[in-house]
Amino acid sequence: MQTRRETIQQSMVVAGLLASAGFPQFAHAAFNKNGFDAKSVQDAVKAYGGGNIAESKDVTVTGPDIAENGAVVPLGASTSLSGVKQLLVLVEKNPSALIAMFHVSDAVDANFLTRAKMGQSSDVYAVAIMADGKALFAKKEVKVTLGGCGG
Amino acid sequence: MADPMRIRAQAAGDKVTVRVLMSHEMETGQRKDAAGKTVPAWFIQEVTAAHNSKPVLSAEWGPGVSKNPFLQFAVKGAKAGDKIAVTWKDNKGDTRTDEATVT
Repeated sequence: MQTRRETIQQSMVVAGLLASAGFPQFAHAAFNKNGFDAKSVQDAVKAYGGGNIAESKDVTVTGPDIAENGAVVPLGASTSLSGVKQLLVLVEKNPSALIAMFHVSDAVDANFLTRAKMGQSSDVYAVAIMADGKALFAKKEVKVTLGGCGG
Repeated sequence: MADPMRIRAQAAGDKVTVRVLMSHEMETGQRKDAAGKTVPAWFIQEVTAAHNSKPVLSAEWGPGVSKNPFLQFAVKGAKAGDKIAVTWKDNKGDTRTDEATVT
């Protein structure tokens, strides 16, 4: 006979499966592990269906020139293009290059700001993946005086 | 359970700028504690936001996002009095939703 704990655990697993199959309007897997396991910017972009990255003036990456504290570096990604499906923020030299992936819907601006950890001075990338798979990026070097990965 | 998120949603023109400060350790899984053991990865994986119950934002995060994550985004067509709800889910399955009214 199943204990109540087992029943609850099983239904949570089922709920988890259902949840990851949801959000039809965004049509994506719940959490793309491949993207976050990718070691390079290009591999992370490929994990989200993007093609070879090409630099573009229509994508903007924002960040400080010098980050005093690598644990908290404000980084932003934005684009003026329409037809963008996803905006990615990446730190090239981090152990896991991909910081965040934002789905761009009609209801929000393609403009996101967050704070990331940077282990060392590195190029920071903002990549816009278009509906047709084209990947456009902008990059900027951010120097870090004190690394932020707790090492 | 985690502390509540601080959400500020301010209307300007036909857009609302939403700033969220979440309370979460965001462990990368690379850090070692005082005893030398690796602290397991514990971080927010998914963030979603809804405007008056309609989903408007969905994002996937990795452990590279800073502790006590900050997020800023702008919702189109929102106005004062509307509700913005932000939800996060971490890699342990914990989840939290907080709501704010647009000012």
